Amino acid sequence: MVKLKLAVYWAASCGGCDVAVLDVHEKILDIAAVADIVLWPVATDHKYSDVEKMAPGSIDVCLFNGAVRNSENEHMARMLREKSRVLVAFGSCAVSGGIPALANFKEREDILNRVYQETPSTVNPEGVKPVPESAVPEGTLHLPEFFGFVHSLDQVVEVDYYMPGCPPTAERIWEVVQAIVSGNLPPRGATVGALEKSLCDQCPREKHDKKIKRFYRTHEIIPDPDRCLLEQGLLCLGPVTRGGCGAQCISANMPCRGCYGPLPGVIEQGAKYISSIGAIIDARTQEEVEEILAGIVDPAGTFYRFGMATALLKGANR
Amino acid sequence: MENFEPTIIGFLCNWCSYAGADLAGVSRLQYPPNLRVVRVMCSGRVDPTFVFKAFREGADGVLIAGCHPGDCHYTDGNYNTFKRFPLLLKVLEQFGVERERVRLEWISAAEGTVFAGVVKEFTETIRRLGPYRKELPKGGAKIG
Amino acid sequence: MASGKANDAVFNVRIPPAAKKLRELFYSAHFVHSHIAHFYALAAPDFVLGPDADPAERNILGVVSKVGLDIGGEVIKHRAYAQEIQALLAGKATHPVWVVPGGVSKGLTEEERRKVEEMAQSCVKFAEFSLQLFEDVVLKNKGYVDLILSEGYRLVTNYMGLVDDNNKVNFYDGKVRIVDPDGVEIGKYSPPEYLNYVSEHVEPWSYLKFPYLKQNGWTGFSEGKGTGIYQAAPLARLNAAEGMATPLAQEAYEKMYDTLGGKPAHAILAAHWARLVELLYAAERLLELSKDPQITGTDIRVIPTGTPDEGVGIIEAPRGTLTHHYKTDANGMVTAVNLIVGTTNNHAPIYMAVKKAARAVIKPGVEITHGLLNMVEMAFRSYDPCFSCATHALFGEMPLKVVVYGADGSVLSGR
Ligand code: SF4
Ligand code: SF4
Ligand code: SF4
Ligand code: FES
Repeated sequence: MVKLKLAVYWAASCGGCDVAVLDVHEKILDIAAVADIVLWPVATDHKYSDVEKMAPGSIDVCLFNGAVRNSENEHMARMLREKSRVLVAFGSCAVSGGIPALANFKEREDILNRVYQETPSTVNPEGVKPVPESAVPEGTLHLPEFFGFVHSLDQVVEVDYYMPGCPPTAERIWEVVQAIVSGNLPPRGATVGALEKSLCDQCPREKHDKKIKRFYRTHEIIPDPDRCLLEQGLLCLGPVTRGGCGAQCISANMPCRGCYGPLPGVIEQGAKYISSIGAIIDARTQEEVEEILAGIVDPAGTFYRFGMATALLKGANR
Repeated sequence: MENFEPTIIGFLCNWCSYAGADLAGVSRLQYPPNLRVVRVMCSGRVDPTFVFKAFREGADGVLIAGCHPGDCHYTDGNYNTFKRFPLLLKVLEQFGVERERVRLEWISAAEGTVFAGVVKEFTETIRRLGPYRKELPKGGAKIG
Repeated sequence: MASGKANDAVFNVRIPPAAKKLRELFYSAHFVHSHIAHFYALAAPDFVLGPDADPAERNILGVVSKVGLDIGGEVIKHRAYAQEIQALLAGKATHPVWVVPGGVSKGLTEEERRKVEEMAQSCVKFAEFSLQLFEDVVLKNKGYVDLILSEGYRLVTNYMGLVDDNNKVNFYDGKVRIVDPDGVEIGKYSPPEYLNYVSEHVEPWSYLKFPYLKQNGWTGFSEGKGTGIYQAAPLARLNAAEGMATPLAQEAYEKMYDTLGGKPAHAILAAHWARLVELLYAAERLLELSKDPQITGTDIRVIPTGTPDEGVGIIEAPRGTLTHHYKTDANGMVTAVNLIVGTTNNHAPIYMAVKKAARAVIKPGVEITHGLLNMVEMAFRSYDPCFSCATHALFGEMPLKVVVYGADGSVLSGR
């Protein structure tokens, strides 16, 4: 049997997605048995030039994690798109910007000023800032260009499959790898490694009537470990988030933060959640409504924690 | 700004507000032509996604209008609208959309004048605020 | 974890003792996972397969095929244990959500505890085995020992690490101790004082800043006594402390310094050894904590009552001292953040180490081979997984591109 050519790459990523691939543990040997890993910066010794030399379409599947934050990420995204028959946006960052894209609430200059000027440990009287090209005695040094915006992978190149999760769980990764190996993939453009139903559907907690009188932030309440967290006033994104993770955060008695992304057919997880919240608060008067909602201190940051790159109001055009 | 003609999207519920608008038209009441009406079955049907999409696609203001409390054809559709509205405003604000650009009104089928008044006033507000133009970064382009 | 500690400080809460132990239990497991991954996936290929092995083979899979599937299986198993313990406690091993201001969100049941104890037991054995492997493969090979002790892989700076009340290495809590190149303590601070000790310098050619010791000032990329440059991470931690708090790790610690010719050790490749000493410590600590009667305690959270304002949290990340500093409004909404993350501490040292290694191996008349260039990268790899993997590939966030120029400026070789 001809071995599959597999690539794993990271762009603006935290490394957690690579760790997640390693978390298939002993099955990594099974993967190695059916696939040649032609590129995996975190674990194998392949060079930039090795990839450049590959023929277009010569990588069977590329799992691309991380958002696109700078010109080097963009360059690699384009190159790997060209070399790969199937390109998978792997993990929340590649799918919808993820945590790095929370930076999209700020302007580029504000970020650079904060980091290189205002931070209290920084000593920079001359106001030096990193620049794309700087001359040193040995020649010119180049830096990738820092974009004004954090992009999802599909805002830069065409993506064949989406695999959400921050990071995707090892079980789902293994399932997807098996699907790839057996050629059993759904139609292009599909979300893989996640369920079609909401996390609530998988959640083992007791659910009664959701009627909320007050919202709590996670440090303000010790929730009952058996009852639905949303009913107890914690902003659990379970109702608007795809299942698939096995309710990991819930099992730690913490609300879901939404990393598995919106349900099928839903454009915006955050907008959907505003609707859900409206439906379950227990108030009749304007004052009551306002008082209850005042308990939600940072709705945009909470509802768009993983989806800022693709948010309707701030996201880039695809 | 002098010649700025705001684009306002109005989501009007079929049973009350749309009828109210109709009445305003039939009665030949004068109101600015800036409102583009989208008829929805109930104000509760106005998913916040609609509002975000409207702004993304060029609206300068959004009006949501439904039946008076207690009159909703679907019992509590408008009640849900009303409960989520403050949250919608807060999120819009965090995304840089001024609160004044979105308005929620209860207008019955008999209130043609009210409807005309709201549209007039709202258009003035938006005219004063100026255009909502968000330069959205383009995917794939080199963005500084 | 650092963020959690900074949040405790922001909210001015003291967490219950059981919560502190649970956090440290989790964190010890994290070290076990990270150090196993770094040593076997990043360091071992160089030593087990040799610096000039075929790059296509020089990876963890190559190591497994060389040392045998049995050992490979053990490596994978114990890393899996460490991940399992973290997930057991915190829901997920990567990006856990379980640390809250005031404690942790979930406790440990007796049944879970027993499982953890069993896995920890096995991790201690495995850490001992890893040290033995290092001895057999590296220390018994004179060529490697000479390389480790050679001038090209020596970098004389100050060192930094978190220590407990007895100046023993601690990953989760304590004070940051700084020693000079002779091993003399020149600073010791608790988290809120960090700005009196650490400053950061900016260069136009790097997005990453260059931390240095405030007391010595920015001295450029300079070595020796008086330099502002300090190092962090495994070897630096051991250099900055006076020993390990667990018995087996303490033994290994002493043995390491005996062999290296005393403390502090400036041989950067010894970081891999130090990493294994720490692996043993982390495993022992894991076991100790799993047997602690308090670990199944249910008093694991305090609800903060004060008004949040400002706080600093410091832990040792596997890659170095990690500082989080937050300011918030009265609602606890963050208004300003400053982070000095593990890898950043070693930013200047990494450049210096690479330069020294390059000087040592690339000489006139010596043919420049892939193996030779890999030896330059090895200097890089002794520091940090994030960076070292970047070098393995020569791209990633911080690419290391080796281009060898002739005296006339012509490119002789590149990779
Ligand atoms: S999706 Fe999560 S785990 Fe993956 S790179 Fe992004 S932040 Fe890291
Ligand atoms: S809202 Fe959260 S806690 Fe409640 S059922 Fe859904 S996932 Fe579970
Ligand atoms: S519970 Fe929610 S946030 Fe946590 S891993 Fe699952 S989908 Fe992600
Ligand atoms: S039908 Fe008019 S608001 Fe519901």
